[in-house]
Amino acid sequence: MGSKPLNRRALLKNGAALAGGLTLGAAAPASGGQQTADHHAPPSWPMIKGDKDMIAYGDRSKYVTSVRIAHPVGGRPSPDQFGLTFHIATPLQDSVGVITPSSLHYVATTRGAFMPDIDPKQHRFMIHGLVDRPLTFTMDDLKRLPSVTRLHFIECAGNRSSRAAKNVQQTHGMVSCAEWTGVLLSTLLKECGVKSSAKWFVAEGAEEVKGASSMPIAKAMDDCILAYGMNGEAVRPQNGFPLRLMVPGFEGIFHTKYLRRIKIVDRYYMNYNDFGHLDQDAKVAALEYQIGPKSVITFPSGEQQLPGKGFYEISGLAWSGGGTIKLVEVSTDGGKKWNKAEFKGTPQRMAFTRFGYQWNWDGSETEILSRCTDEVGQVQPTRAQIAKYWNKPYDQTFSVPGLDNSVQPWHIASDGKVTNGFA
Amino acid sequence: MGSHRILAFAFVLPVLLIGGATAVAQGPAFGIGRAPTPEEIKALDIAIGPTGEELPPGKGTAKEGAQLYRTKGCAGCHGAEGIGGAAPILKSKDPKNPDLWARGRILPLRAPFATTVWDYINRGMPLNREGTLTADEVYSLTAYLLFINDVIPEDQALDQQSLPKVKMPIGDNYAPLPDWKPRTKRLAGYPY
Repeated sequence: MGSKPLNRRALLKNGAALAGGLTLGAAAPASGGQQTADHHAPPSWPMIKGDKDMIAYGDRSKYVTSVRIAHPVGGRPSPDQFGLTFHIATPLQDSVGVITPSSLHYVATTRGAFMPDIDPKQHRFMIHGLVDRPLTFTMDDLKRLPSVTRLHFIECAGNRSSRAAKNVQQTHGMVSCAEWTGVLLSTLLKECGVKSSAKWFVAEGAEEVKGASSMPIAKAMDDCILAYGMNGEAVRPQNGFPLRLMVPGFEGIFHTKYLRRIKIVDRYYMNYNDFGHLDQDAKVAALEYQIGPKSVITFPSGEQQLPGKGFYEISGLAWSGGGTIKLVEVSTDGGKKWNKAEFKGTPQRMAFTRFGYQWNWDGSETEILSRCTDEVGQVQPTRAQIAKYWNKPYDQTFSVPGLDNSVQPWHIASDGKVTNGFA
Repeated sequence: MGSHRILAFAFVLPVLLIGGATAVAQGPAFGIGRAPTPEEIKALDIAIGPTGEELPPGKGTAKEGAQLYRTKGCAGCHGAEGIGGAAPILKSKDPKNPDLWARGRILPLRAPFATTVWDYINRGMPLNREGTLTADEVYSLTAYLLFINDVIPEDQALDQQSLPKVKMPIGDNYAPLPDWKPRTKRLAGYPY
């Protein structure tokens, strides 16, 4: 820690700015320009004493208070009175970069669930069905095999903005991105020898409901990962410890947690989750597997307060189940003019891409939006564009068919208050 | 370790190039993992596909199922006769609607195969006591739920052979599943 007064003042300033980004309540007073700090006596901070726990496994600052919330607002609580978890949304408004900390990763369960407390030494993973050699692996076995480490997002099918949602955690918080490490499923399938009659595979978890989904064998051979690592450590229990299936770009429910078994089969197995994917309309059914191109501005976003006109770097996240993000555009005038945003880092396939756009706000009321284009040419639409495609009137009864990847408008009032443009 | 890996890849690579995604006759590249015994496979093989080949022996009727529905606590969450509880309803509130899709998302009515109903009861019920039902009990409860949705008569016994043959009312009246391919759009002709 610097001991010179100058450094301390810089630290204080940065600290205030950081707090503004992290906790909304603190933003307005801290950035009002009138610092109350005594210039003659730089504050002497209390010292954090290292204790055994903190040495063993570090904590964040007590001033960083960003937390997950039950989703959706007014919906089923997590935990409920029995300690069951249902849906929990990540605080995107506080996110920086592209990695969601494991502690803040969104969580969804197919129904309210306890987490299985699995001893990894006892855990087994089996591949069988239409293979030449069924195989069972221990976790140690899996860690001997060639591994991959990749950034991938996961998004819940229920991640859709609504008029009732007030901030980006409520509108978009059921998506997260982590660095996943594990073995490619294709590596194991080659080890087992897949028969030519294989068309689908069923992945199944070891939790109480033994969640199972059917997926195309082409996806298994393409890029699915049996992940044991997440953000540099073991996958967390809420995210499927000790082993979870990553199905990059597919909707969240396919990313089977507590993975214990994969069966190679010749048909769609029509388990409960599969039944949930059935639809009357083939077009809607097609839009309920792979996540579409999607982006959202995380700063400034709903419930935040701009202290006044002037410079802001608009910041946000873009992702697509179709692959790499190729372009992000930002509009600061309600969608009349679109401007190319800057990528922070190199976009990766089925991963968050952080974007920025430098903006001088003139202090007048406006709406800011972002849209993205992915490597296969899919463009993120507005809800009005989607309604037009489906030949439906765009009014308050309109619901986006399939997964909702529509553009999120943030309204900025002349007093700097940011609100949901759908409200 | 390093040289082993190189050897392994040297082996895998030609197979990849020639073999394509499926239909690869090849030996194991790494020799890691062990063959599960038939008993181990059977114990885990609980996903019941449309042919019912994974179904265990056993049988049950709707009458037995009606009793179990009460004694096993199903009614507590799903309502006295499949309606009126906090958990998903198991019987349509609009059973006469000619549009089956309009009758609601009800598993024992809208599922294209009766095996799906058996599978889910066996896999995930009763809440917090999963895996405690016997095969006979699961057949009975399946029969009961199909009976209250007018899918089978009350006296029809279900077993390994008859369950997969139950004609579900939805038939094939649902959209074909998407033919997913890597690096393609979600839906041909859809720009978004």
